[in-house]
Amino acid sequence: MAAVKFTLNGKSQTVDVVPQMPLLWVLRDHLGMTGTKFGCGMALCGACTVHINGQPTRSCVTQVSTVAGKSVTTIEGLSADNSHPVQKAWIEADVPQCGYCQSGQIMTAAALVAKTTNPSDNDIDEAMRGNLCRCGTYQSIRQAVHLAARYQAQSGGAQAKGGAR
Amino acid sequence: MKTLTKINRRGFLKSSAAVGGGLVLGFHLPEKGQAQTAGPLKLNAFVKVGTDDTVTLEIHKSEMGQGTVTSLSQLLAEELECDWKKIRTEFPGVEPVYGTPMMGTYGSLSIRTSYNQLRQAGAAAREMLVQAAAQQWRVDKSQCRAENNSVVNTATNARLSYGSLAAAAAKLPAPTNVPLKPAAQFKLIGTSPKRLDTPLKVNGSAGFGLDVRRPGMLYASLERCPVFGGKVASFDGSKAMAVPGVKKVVQISNGVAVIADNTWSAMEGRKALTVKWDEGKWANVSTPGLRQEWAALAAKPGMSMRKAGDAAAAFAGAAKKVEAVYEAPYLSHAPMEPLNATVEVRADGCDIWVSSQIQTVAQQTAAMITGLPAEKCQIHTQYLGGGFGRRGGADYVGEAVEIAKAMSPTPVKLTWTREDDLQHDTYRPASYVKFSGGLDAQGNPVSFSARIVCPPFGGNGTAVEGIQDMKYAIPNVQVEFTAPDTGTPVSYWRSVGYSQNCYFMEAFIDEMAAAAGADPVEFRRKLLAGTPRLLNVLNLAAEKGDWGKPLPAGRFRGVAVVNNIGSFNAQVAEVSVSQGKVKVHRVVCAVDCGQVVNPAIVEQQIQSGIVYGLGTVTKLGITLDKGRVVQKNFNNYDPIRIDEMPVVEVHIVQSRENPGGIGEASTPTIVPAVVNAVYAATKKRVRMLPIRPADLV
Repeated sequence: MAAVKFTLNGKSQTVDVVPQMPLLWVLRDHLGMTGTKFGCGMALCGACTVHINGQPTRSCVTQVSTVAGKSVTTIEGLSADNSHPVQKAWIEADVPQCGYCQSGQIMTAAALVAKTTNPSDNDIDEAMRGNLCRCGTYQSIRQAVHLAARYQAQSGGAQAKGGAR
Repeated sequence: MKTLTKINRRGFLKSSAAVGGGLVLGFHLPEKGQAQTAGPLKLNAFVKVGTDDTVTLEIHKSEMGQGTVTSLSQLLAEELECDWKKIRTEFPGVEPVYGTPMMGTYGSLSIRTSYNQLRQAGAAAREMLVQAAAQQWRVDKSQCRAENNSVVNTATNARLSYGSLAAAAAKLPAPTNVPLKPAAQFKLIGTSPKRLDTPLKVNGSAGFGLDVRRPGMLYASLERCPVFGGKVASFDGSKAMAVPGVKKVVQISNGVAVIADNTWSAMEGRKALTVKWDEGKWANVSTPGLRQEWAALAAKPGMSMRKAGDAAAAFAGAAKKVEAVYEAPYLSHAPMEPLNATVEVRADGCDIWVSSQIQTVAQQTAAMITGLPAEKCQIHTQYLGGGFGRRGGADYVGEAVEIAKAMSPTPVKLTWTREDDLQHDTYRPASYVKFSGGLDAQGNPVSFSARIVCPPFGGNGTAVEGIQDMKYAIPNVQVEFTAPDTGTPVSYWRSVGYSQNCYFMEAFIDEMAAAAGADPVEFRRKLLAGTPRLLNVLNLAAEKGDWGKPLPAGRFRGVAVVNNIGSFNAQVAEVSVSQGKVKVHRVVCAVDCGQVVNPAIVEQQIQSGIVYGLGTVTKLGITLDKGRVVQKNFNNYDPIRIDEMPVVEVHIVQSRENPGGIGEASTPTIVPAVVNAVYAATKKRVRMLPIRPADLV
């Protein structure tokens, strides 16, 4: 066991766990933040995506010791009230079906619209292809990412909000 | 609050006594210790109204993405006349009113079985609120009208909110057989309000089974025999116990469980186990061997499943003959949420928090293992991170109950890994079919024969549906079936037997059309005159899918039709093939599922089913080697990703027919639509899935 200190959703966080433990399980089991999902354990499905220093990262293969001193944002930290541009777009397009993969989809999309002003379908496919959805919500995701990019522009443009903390 | 409780309990007694159709609307006494206090007041098994004017609807069909939380709320609210914004929903425990003999969500039945029941429940609750208002105003009920969460006095325009009437309404006897609105007056049914579950699913707060947390809970991971049916011969857990966080190692009927204070430690501890297995009699099963065995079985006659005329004689005398063998592999469900269950076993009862499709089976499984009466085993249904049929089983619940029983009274959450999921599924069965079809000199089909070899489950119908019940008007038909035994567990997989048999059937009909020199749409049209709703979706898909019109260079179309789950759909797929690699660009689907409750959800389900089926065309298959499943994770069982997503256009037939199912409608259709388009592109028939690029070059 070792204490690891990092910033979680804007607040300082210290955890005392086995340093090899993946961030995913620290979040879910140790801190009780279950919005980040387990899907494969091998960085193949994207359900566990969080932002580490603004970069979308697979928390299932990220040892907690490697986030020491860094800033981690989870789905719970995107906004307090579903007001993040990507959340607003997801609601507007009614994207989720079962919803299990959507935390990861949203975190990946948030990182995309934070740095890409007007993503093309190809940009979206490229950024999002690591996130599996067995319900097949992909057509709605494409539509919602376009919408999110517009909301992001209205709220001050890429780099303005979320994702890039 | 004590007084209120007493009154309410008397109210329930009165209601229970007064209601002849008690089972339909589910009036019953609250269980001892669960009497209502300050919470919302129960008007019947589906509707509670709070004094704060909220309306709580009991959603008795599991939400696994198919939209039951929203669509069932629409059915209730249509008659209840409540404010859509004041609706709260919850998943109730197991009760007969929620499904007899089983409470469960399967067979694309939720709307079909709830359409009348929930409108009745909404109407009965509304009438109780209206009656309560009439009594308060001392006027006749006919002078009162329910609208927007209130009852209006039509003479005075006075209003009483549902919240203010709830307590009085809950004391009234429940009316039965309240007349329902005619469809022309629907305000909610047939419209697409936003899904009620979306806000919870964009911020991580929707509670899936895997998200359950109980005080003092431990976490388990289970090592199972890699060969189906194998047993533990011996094991050594000492190295597992040395892993930090591991609390205990226990053997259960199905393997060896490692229990720890977090999921990761349980999984790490499991890796440190040494287990010797008695692999049992299926340790030599392999996919190539099975194919050989099944080919030999298909050479012999099987059990007759459908017979009309004399197919053999008609085939013998046919001017043109078509023969083909089709094969489909085992498939895994692979829902995004790995299987899991959280269980607390005590001397006096058992609680199970689980994402389940069939709660009754989960409950009975827990009762059997704990020895407790079923009613002491409480199922707490969570949101399902995908179901697709997998969560109809209770194998994973049984494992968790066994582990929790060993750890009693500590609650334990069992989490499957993705590897567990792919290697210990209850699979869509593999299948092998030998077809023959005869055509006369004018190209009209005169005979159709199919000999199906497929492991069945829950009756032989699951192995033959989609061929046995095919709708083409062919005078001489013979369908035979042989059940092989493989030891590989098989079960319901989205669209069940239709998933493979519609591929076989619709691809073979395309072969017959080609042999007749006929256009695939035209050939089907002639044979579907007796099934007008299927013919109609074929024509609509052909029209909207630009059948017969020019395409960009390198693109080709294929068509298929399917009638399953009480619905009808046709699809036209546009594909290109480059160096054996198939790309699907566009899919146009026409669907007739009778009266539609929520068109946006119907469209979602059509898209969803297409993506689910499409993966099986180009990518997915489970194979066996030495009794073991070869595929381990999403690297070699890799579903469709966003860059493979075609544009899907959905056209819904307006209909007042009884509702059909929708969740499983489009999955079977996409497969033959694509392989028929691949034939148009390459002149190669795809007779085995998934397509291997080498087959097409």
